[in-house]
Amino acid sequence: MANELPKVNVDEKLGYLTYKADHQSHITIPDGKICVEQCHDRPCLTGCPAQVYVWEETQKKVLVSFENCIECGACRMLCPFDNIKCHWPRGGFGVQYRYG
Amino acid sequence: MADEKFDAIVVGAGPAGVSAAVTLARAGLNTVVLERGEYPGAKNVQGAVLYTRNLDDIVPGFWKDPQAALERPITEEKYWVMSDDSAAQFGFKSDRWRREPHNCYTIIRVNFDRWYSKKAEEAGAQLFCGVTVSDAIKKDGKVVGIKTSEGDELYADAVIACDGVNSMLAQQVGLMDEWRSDEVALGVKEVLALPREKIEDRFCLEKDEGSTIEMFGSITRGMLGYGFLYTNKESLALGVGCKLSHFQKTCIKPYELLEQLKAHPILRRLLAGSKTLEYSAHLIPEGGYHSLPPLYADGFLVAGDAAQMVNAAHREGSNLAMTAGKLAAETVIEAKKAGDFSAKTLSAYQKKLEKSVVLPDLYLHRDLETLAEKHLPLFAAGPELMCQSAFDYFQVDDRPKEEVYRAIVKRILASKAVNDAVKSELSIKTLPRLLKQGLKAGLEFRKIRKEALKS
Ligand SMILES: Cc1cc2nc3c(=O)[nH]c(=O)nc-3n(C[C@H](O)[C@H](O)[C@H](O)COP(=O)(O)OP(=O)(O)OC[C@H]3O[C@@H](n4cnc5c(N)ncnc54)[C@H](O)[C@@H]3O)c2cc1C
Ligand code: SF4
Ligand code: SF4
Repeated sequence: MANELPKVNVDEKLGYLTYKADHQSHITIPDGKICVEQCHDRPCLTGCPAQVYVWEETQKKVLVSFENCIECGACRMLCPFDNIKCHWPRGGFGVQYRYG
Repeated sequence: MADEKFDAIVVGAGPAGVSAAVTLARAGLNTVVLERGEYPGAKNVQGAVLYTRNLDDIVPGFWKDPQAALERPITEEKYWVMSDDSAAQFGFKSDRWRREPHNCYTIIRVNFDRWYSKKAEEAGAQLFCGVTVSDAIKKDGKVVGIKTSEGDELYADAVIACDGVNSMLAQQVGLMDEWRSDEVALGVKEVLALPREKIEDRFCLEKDEGSTIEMFGSITRGMLGYGFLYTNKESLALGVGCKLSHFQKTCIKPYELLEQLKAHPILRRLLAGSKTLEYSAHLIPEGGYHSLPPLYADGFLVAGDAAQMVNAAHREGSNLAMTAGKLAAETVIEAKKAGDFSAKTLSAYQKKLEKSVVLPDLYLHRDLETLAEKHLPLFAAGPELMCQSAFDYFQVDDRPKEEVYRAIVKRILASKAVNDAVKSELSIKTLPRLLKQGLKAGLEFRKIRKEALKS
């Protein structure tokens, strides 16, 4: 059913948001091997509402655009292998909603 | 900020945290609130409907304050049961809801949180924004303070965790593990700008009045969840939320689900010409009563989303958070008088919650999620059946009405989802349970009738 859904330009959606960018990432994937060898569905790629996780085929790894994160917290529970460490950005950094 | 000892530290300046801080500071307790956003609300997302009753307890007559960041009082509430091209609509509108105190208002969370957190400061609490609490400090097993991500340490007699659905603090204190993906829902939302008069015309509202629509059916593509459309003064809030475990299983992308909702033929006219102001996402704790963690420990209390205090069936979360925050604060005030912040003293919090609406409401709806999950195919197929039935009922064709009615009933009975649900609820195996439930309901009915006749 999912393929019937309209395609969305996520960057455009994120373009409405204001961020206070931090240079250090608040998200890490400790074991890249699990993503390649064990995780078939890779729910982080589809479930993250800000498309922070993107599969890079040549490097065979999940790239993490932490600066796009809108801090919903879903990825920690989305990953079936407990392979995403997502802490909050340092105080004051990250997404800054104007409406919420 | 360093090296100061407070009576109470409140982590998080959302509805729970501010309610706790207002209550503590008014009682004269030296209170600090720590918020990780650069301003209150920066990290927060809600539909958002705010219920009057619970806030009135904390800021009496708040709706009379011209600064209170209220959008529109709600005079009409609707449910839409939707298929891909239709919607069966149920609603309630009341002239009584036009009078103060209104039942509820729409709010824009960032504006509301900014206004509400000022109430805590006015009461005398200190609010520090841009401070992420990273850990609890424990001494002899008792929570005595917190550490920030910048390495500062703050000490207090009691710490109240109001840090929302992703409560790292309650995990660090050891009250709970990470939630499972079936204990939370993921909501995505857009705020859409639309001129005031257009909103009032399209939604059939008198000046400054608002309405809500909750939407079920094919819009969630078989996942457990629902959509919402609320009217603000000069914008609409459109969103959809589904169980995170279902997003995980189906690999449906949340923003595509929202885009599909936006394009629904029945919604299109309401949204036409509106402009996106913001896109957002947030988790909603929906595990309910069975997911409640222990609510207190030595020197420590948990309130609001951090403790899963959401009644998803009634769209109530922020109001329960407010009541819980207030009760947690009252418990700390009593503990301060007694000079004892042990878990034993703080257990009074649990009793207060039991006497309020918070725990009884969570308890009453405790099995709803499990039931809905069990009958997920029915949740998915039901709306289509309902829309088809309504279509046949209203549509005039060459068939005599009796034939139309029969066709409707036949279609429902032929549905696999309906059959499976009936089979699993009505079988030899479920008979004892059904009898027990029937007996219980009968006794309850008798009790209510007796009470009714007496009065
Ligand atoms: C899409 C959506 C729609 C909703 N609609 C409704 C509705 O219509 N009506 C309703 O009543 N409820 C609704 N809810 C639920 C409601 O938003 C929550 O129940 C409510 O916000 C809970 O309040 P809280 O204070 O417990 O948590 P929050 O509002 O989440 O506040 C927690 C605060 O703590 C801060 N924080 C978190 N961690 C830290 C840390 N480590 N250090 C410092 N600060 C921290 C956060 O920045 C935040 O300000 C909705 C939720 C969503 C997601
Ligand atoms: S869900 Fe977890 S294990 Fe799977 S690809 Fe993503 S990070 Fe790797
Ligand atoms: S917190 Fe939410 S937005 Fe950020 S990476 Fe995780 S899933 Fe994506």
